[in-house]
Amino acid sequence: MGPSSAPGAASLADLLEASARRDPARVAIVAPDGRTLDYRELDERADRVAGFLRAHGVRPGDRVGFCLPKGLASVVVLFGAMKARAAYVPVDWGGPAARNATIHRDCQVAALFLGEARADVLAAWPESERPRVVVRVAMGETGSSAAPAAAGAAASFPAGAHDFAAALAHAPLAEPTAARDRGQLAYILYTSGSTGVPKGVALTHGNALSFVDWCSELYAPTAADRFSSHAPFHFDLSIFDLYVALKHGATLFLVGEELGKDPKALPRFVAEKRLTFWYSTPSVLALMAEFGQLETLDLASLRHVLFAGEVFPVPSLRRLTKLLPRPRYWNLYGPTETNVCNFAEVVPPVPDARTRPYPIGPLCSHCDGLVLDEKQVEVAKGEEGLLWIAGESLFQGYWGRADLDAKVFLQRGGRRWYNTGDVVRWVDGEGFLYVGRRDRMVKRRGYRIELGEIEAALQRDPTLREAAVVALPDPEAGVRIDAHVAPAAAAPPSLIALKRWCAQALPPFMSPDRFVVHEKLPRTSTDKVDYPALLRRSAEGAAR
Amino acid sequence: MSPAPDDPKTIADELRRFLLAEFLPGEDPANLKDDTPLRTGGILDSVATLKVVSFVEQRWSIEIDAHEAGVEHFDRIADIAALVKRKRGK
Repeated sequence: MGPSSAPGAASLADLLEASARRDPARVAIVAPDGRTLDYRELDERADRVAGFLRAHGVRPGDRVGFCLPKGLASVVVLFGAMKARAAYVPVDWGGPAARNATIHRDCQVAALFLGEARADVLAAWPESERPRVVVRVAMGETGSSAAPAAAGAAASFPAGAHDFAAALAHAPLAEPTAARDRGQLAYILYTSGSTGVPKGVALTHGNALSFVDWCSELYAPTAADRFSSHAPFHFDLSIFDLYVALKHGATLFLVGEELGKDPKALPRFVAEKRLTFWYSTPSVLALMAEFGQLETLDLASLRHVLFAGEVFPVPSLRRLTKLLPRPRYWNLYGPTETNVCNFAEVVPPVPDARTRPYPIGPLCSHCDGLVLDEKQVEVAKGEEGLLWIAGESLFQGYWGRADLDAKVFLQRGGRRWYNTGDVVRWVDGEGFLYVGRRDRMVKRRGYRIELGEIEAALQRDPTLREAAVVALPDPEAGVRIDAHVAPAAAAPPSLIALKRWCAQALPPFMSPDRFVVHEKLPRTSTDKVDYPALLRRSAEGAAR
Repeated sequence: MSPAPDDPKTIADELRRFLLAEFLPGEDPANLKDDTPLRTGGILDSVATLKVVSFVEQRWSIEIDAHEAGVEHFDRIADIAALVKRKRGK
């Protein structure tokens, strides 16, 4: 590898430090509000945050949470946490307060950085269980384009809360980097949990570095590259954006929350910033192709378009590659638990005759795969089975959930294998083809959704007696989610009230698309909810 | 389709009919008030918001910029009707 590599890196923070030594004045981060940090500034600020954390009792192995909009502060905080040898735990800036608090309580964060406008998250914590260190980040300090805090939000912070400015003014942490260890946790990303409680996927520096190094070899980025950062930091697509860009001394352009949802404006952003790498879910790219007037823009700078998180519907991908034939397209596959483990290049344009989705491709060099049947016996080549993954990028386990670990891990041949739960089959010349799931996990807009988590939220609604949720294929959105509910009272529930309940209890991507009201839910002879009957009812409803 | 009249109440009523038909089938129209939160209340997600923007642009022959469709200006029927009225007045 060339001079861009960080040989022998033991921590993701090493990547930043090596780039800061090589080219301190190069711009590392461009924030949604236009402010920038060069490599030296980013590194120094992160050192100071690390010093602040250590001085306030944050020890190696602790967790540091943050709820911040996409901006300079969030990048400084995550590097600061890692330099203090703590694991960072990001949550959705716009997510429901109770869900965010549940996540940070679950992994017992020692410190929490909270944007001023989200003081409501703290109110969702029992006072006695709040983190030892709470840092208030004024909205002007976040470097985001998010709306300013409502008046009075600051007053909701506890008297002992620290100001972010104090953390940035703290003496930097002076600690030999030799103490860093690839086996230490770098971050915990929470995904939907089937029983209603999100589960924390715990990954080490080594897990992430093995993936980042693989990206270096495949894409050979340089310091002249300009990367998008579209995915929020609690979403694993961000691992590529942050660490591949900063390892190579390139510039990372943070996409703010509002812009990120605006498919008309996003292509203009790519053109204006002359981005060379773009990475997002297929949903976002499909909307950009539909609404973005790509044919009117100069997007010649784009070299690589990467997508992951869900199947890209072939008609949308065809449209995109016809409008934009120059870049190379990459379908990346991998649950948060494994980082990216499969990859396939899609050569544009997508032929008119093609209807079958593109494969997820062969395995990356940092992973091994097995296709097993339900009895954990390897299937014949070309037959369907569950994809199991082993390798350096494989996560350590679910935070505090040995019961879940026992269900997903298998020891075989002296190695630890993880059951992705995805059904695949091998296609000669193409690699693995994703076939589907046999459990109740679906993907929408790249996010994993356990239908059980939606059910649990609806079952807490006092106006409902029963609730069950099903997912159906949808030509437009990929997946449609129907909630079947039976009200607690005789009067039918208001749809508006149900949607409001969901907006408060669930992230937007998990809200049901439709509600079907029953007097009582259909049951099987053994008194279980009759899901096949609900699916039939949903399918009939769609046809009407 | 000819541009609709510019009376704010007419605009609001037409928006209400569109929202009920598209996103709230079967809902009692009386529950969808001019100040019911649409985005923050979970009725419109980002894709649904795009559909509303397209509808409004076509129905009243106006153009809505991205910043005007942000949650702070585009969360209630009253907000959207006022935006249409303002744009039509130009």
